[in-house]
Amino acid sequence: MPSKNSSRLSGERAAWPLKFGAAGAILFLHVPLWLIFLYAFTTEESAYTFPPPGLTLKWIPQALANPAMQSALYLSIRVAFLATITALILGTLAAAAVYRYDFFGKESVSFMLILPLALPGIVTGIAMRSAISLIHIPFSFWTIVIGHATFCVVVVYNNVLARFRRSSNSMIEASMDLGANSFQTFWHIVLPNIGTALLAGAILAFSLSFDEVIVTTFTAGNQQTLPIWIFSQMLKPRNRPITNVTAMLVVLITALPILLAQRIVAGSSDSEGGSK
Amino acid sequence: MLNRISTYFYLRPKVVLALMLLPPMLWFLVVYIGSLITMLINSFFYLDGFTGKVIHEFTLRTYIKLFDPINLQIFGRTTLMAASVTLACIIIAFPLSYFMARFASQRMKTFLYLAVTLPLWSSYVVRVYSWKLILAQEGIISWFARLIHLDWLLHLYLNLPGLGGPSLSISATGIFIVFVYIWLPYMIIPIQTALERVPKSLIEASGDLGATPAQTFRTVLLPLAFPGVVAGSIFTFSLTLGDFIVPQLFGNSSFYIGKAVLTYQGTSGNIPLAAAFTMGPIIIMIVYLLIARRLGAFDAL
Repeated sequence: MPSKNSSRLSGERAAWPLKFGAAGAILFLHVPLWLIFLYAFTTEESAYTFPPPGLTLKWIPQALANPAMQSALYLSIRVAFLATITALILGTLAAAAVYRYDFFGKESVSFMLILPLALPGIVTGIAMRSAISLIHIPFSFWTIVIGHATFCVVVVYNNVLARFRRSSNSMIEASMDLGANSFQTFWHIVLPNIGTALLAGAILAFSLSFDEVIVTTFTAGNQQTLPIWIFSQMLKPRNRPITNVTAMLVVLITALPILLAQRIVAGSSDSEGGSK
Repeated sequence: MLNRISTYFYLRPKVVLALMLLPPMLWFLVVYIGSLITMLINSFFYLDGFTGKVIHEFTLRTYIKLFDPINLQIFGRTTLMAASVTLACIIIAFPLSYFMARFASQRMKTFLYLAVTLPLWSSYVVRVYSWKLILAQEGIISWFARLIHLDWLLHLYLNLPGLGGPSLSISATGIFIVFVYIWLPYMIIPIQTALERVPKSLIEASGDLGATPAQTFRTVLLPLAFPGVVAGSIFTFSLTLGDFIVPQLFGNSSFYIGKAVLTYQGTSGNIPLAAAFTMGPIIIMIVYLLIARRLGAFDAL
């Protein structure tokens, strides 16, 4: 452990070895992502030479027109969409119950919801694979969705619960006092109040699902979601330029909404979606 | 009409609670806990070697298989990898976390926080893929080694048994680097949170009382950051134990737990063995959590 960290602590400025270490860690996290963008434009077809021998735009239309990539992308979007909707409903219900009521086992709800994310993905994966094999459920689109929805619930739950805890109950009481029924109160007061938390939770859930590969490997049978397609391309590279472009596309599809979600959450100073 | 329904529910909070709680709880009990139970059941079945069929009858022979030397080796190798990855993550994360907690301005802190969490949320497979590009024989690492005339050192290193391989992208070192890269944010955030809570006056007092910076670090800062380190290590350790993507893409023929599970359930259809194998990481994690609690790691969290 470098002892330099604690040098001259009382001063306002960090020692340069500390700055160096901090900058190094940030670069370590980000340079690989920049390279994804660089390699999407390399002219090379069958190797990863650095520096790239030349740059070209020609792979982008080719990648977008690739049928295998297209169907994987389409499947991923459909799965993520349904998993997000399911997670929104289940997560919001659980958050509302935990916030509004006291009941036996309340503390364990959060614990149970976070388990699918906290345990190694392979545990969730092989558990679902066991269930599929034991009761002979055929692999399908729906087995993928059910798996994804299960680990997406917690991000919605965390966001919505954090919002509930921050907002005061007086608005709801006022609405009821003024004669609104529960449904009107929900529609006019509660929903607008948790709206951005729902949106942030939905974005996080969508990108979590869009990106998942470990659990999906066990629940998908022969279907290929986009991450599984990329994974298979890495195992047996057939079409490197197209994989490179797809990788860039995936970074854009997942990173941009996350930036947006961060904005939304930061704007209302909530906690973010918890651990991935 | 709506008003009457509303009043009906308003007067019966238990019914509302049940309506709200039932769908998520039912989903989790059936889909998730149910799956875990079938996994447990499956691990007590066995695969008939001749017919290739899973025999549904209670037996411990699948568990006994786990103690084959080759399987014990897989557990040992994976645990060693998880421990080294955790250690490396702590060392790399600490300076950044410390900088964020103590020296960064509010704007800088927000920026750094985003910089740390963005990779966490961007695609896992693509982040792994980026290291395929970097570690490739013709990739940027080799290029850089040639540039500073150290390529002989790289070759020497790759010839080391156990660590090296034909290229960095097929070696234990490659697996190690990619794991550290992928899980690093999970270590930075908890350490930063723990350091954030260390009062500045404590460190100043330590210095005033004559401690060298190294002593302050060892006797004041590290013990106070320890809960954060343990929290982060739970993630890095557990995630490394269960991952099969990275060993599959960067490894040679030597197995890790995740890869073994994938192979048993996939190519050989031996779901009982795969399920029993998965109990390995679960048990290792339980032991790990118990030790962490013993060390008082959760007291301060």
